[in-house]
Amino acid sequence: MITIDSLTKKYGGHTVVHDINFTARSGRVTGFLGPNGAGKSTSMRMMVGLTTPTEGTATISGRRFADLPNPGREVGVMLDASAQHAGRTGREILTIAQQIMGVPASRVPELLELVSLTGTEADRRVGNYSLGMRQRLGIAAALIGDPSVLILDEPANGLDPAGIRWMRDLLRDYADHGGTVLLSSHLLAEIEIIADDIVMIGQGRIVSQGSKAELLAAAGTVVRAADIEALQRALAAAGVTTTVSEDGSLRTDTEAAVVGRAAYEGGVVLTELRNADSGGLEEMFLELTADTQRDTHSDTHSDTRRERTAA
Amino acid sequence: MTATTVDQVTTRRRTELKQIPLSRVVRVELRKMFDTRSGFWLIASIAITGLIATVATVAFAPDKYLTYYNFAKAVGYPITVILPMVALLSITSEWSQRSGLTTFTYVPSRRRVIWAKTLSSVIVAVASMVFAFAVGAIGNVVGSAIAGTPTVWDLSVGHALTIVLGNLVSLSIGTMLGMVLRSSAGGLVMYFVLVLLVPNLSSLLATSQDWYRDLQPWVDLPFAQAYLFEGMHTGAQWAHVATTVGLWIVLPGIFGLRRVMRSEVK
Repeated sequence: MITIDSLTKKYGGHTVVHDINFTARSGRVTGFLGPNGAGKSTSMRMMVGLTTPTEGTATISGRRFADLPNPGREVGVMLDASAQHAGRTGREILTIAQQIMGVPASRVPELLELVSLTGTEADRRVGNYSLGMRQRLGIAAALIGDPSVLILDEPANGLDPAGIRWMRDLLRDYADHGGTVLLSSHLLAEIEIIADDIVMIGQGRIVSQGSKAELLAAAGTVVRAADIEALQRALAAAGVTTTVSEDGSLRTDTEAAVVGRAAYEGGVVLTELRNADSGGLEEMFLELTADTQRDTHSDTHSDTRRERTAA
Repeated sequence: MTATTVDQVTTRRRTELKQIPLSRVVRVELRKMFDTRSGFWLIASIAITGLIATVATVAFAPDKYLTYYNFAKAVGYPITVILPMVALLSITSEWSQRSGLTTFTYVPSRRRVIWAKTLSSVIVAVASMVFAFAVGAIGNVVGSAIAGTPTVWDLSVGHALTIVLGNLVSLSIGTMLGMVLRSSAGGLVMYFVLVLLVPNLSSLLATSQDWYRDLQPWVDLPFAQAYLFEGMHTGAQWAHVATTVGLWIVLPGIFGLRRVMRSEVK
């Protein structure tokens, strides 16, 4: 379990991480989601003692990282897969980890196999590795001490779709066996595939957190009918506020059961009724981080916002 | 996903974990000095230049110089120049190559990591000097035999020890610079400034300024260090060594260690 308590980092007058609080529980994959520069990496460095927090604490199973006697056996860390001496071979990097942690030498070939790096690849210098191979090597180094907690910064970066799927299965299995996983990403799609719980961060502040199911529910309901105007009237009569999406469906924050009953009472035939899916979560992600995004977001999104304000 | 890694997540045996012994950190740091091509050749160059120096001494030195002291000195010189770079790079590469991100998460106490790196450098230094004294001895026997001169063993144990000490002082220049600058390129440049440029400026100043001439042994590190290599004779010389080491190595070293402890590893 990772517990983050009032963690704050200031550089001069500039606050990069502002009083964040959350818990990554065991048996769960927690996704740390936010746009570039939101403070994810700084937060993760503070968790493992590479950066000193201005205020607050981060503990792993109740202890500060620096107080762990042999941290590699308890916490697997990968902050940047490319941060390795380019002149060492993959096998050598794993051997260094294996020796310092004091685990059997047989762990090196085991982990190479686990992350699907072949013997030839392992004997090449990491300077010649692709980003995907470095990520696999970084995962192997994080797992070699057989830790119960994993802290991974952008682990899916540079992996192809098959690689992302492989990582999802690996982390899923790891969490199902009681492990705690905290992984960051700036891509909602990745987090959505892999994580159980989501912590969204923007400009150093946590803007939303909860289980993926909760957040998806919070994203609202999508409803569609042959006669969309009749549906709008029926829902309005029941006090359900809606917005019209571009594709002609209606979106509301009210839960599906209430929407269904309102439609039934208004005698409207529904063609679709479901929880808003990733699109909804994505919209929420963009909205929550709207002020913090470096790029202005798409027109589609602003349109939806305007409609919503109008409605 | 195979079962081996993951099945054990829940059946954890946390209680038996002990602090990583310093000896293990030293062993790994020593390994890291040799396991890259650049690191390997840097240390190999000590042996290679040492052998070249021996052959050159036999071939070119006048017969009266074919004594053990001169052989040991010729073989030892590359050590004095190269060892500080080994010590420096072992520290700076953690920042310049960014491997510190993993090193300092395996061993969060940076003080222990730096200490282990320093001890590994000392081990390399002592091993190199044993090598130098051995090669020097062979060179002395072979050289004097070729030249037909008597074999002269003119290096006392005491003197040999001060030479070892002199090399350890050189080495700690590298350690100090590594901690202060934490950058391989900057560290190497400053190293050459300190051992090549500063002594020249210092002797220039000493020849032109009377007031500096008396001060020089107290502030010029290579000047005082030369006593260690050429043999210590007076208590004042020890005082000069102690003062210059304090000034150039201990004080900046303390500053550098504080920087290492506080700096952010990115």
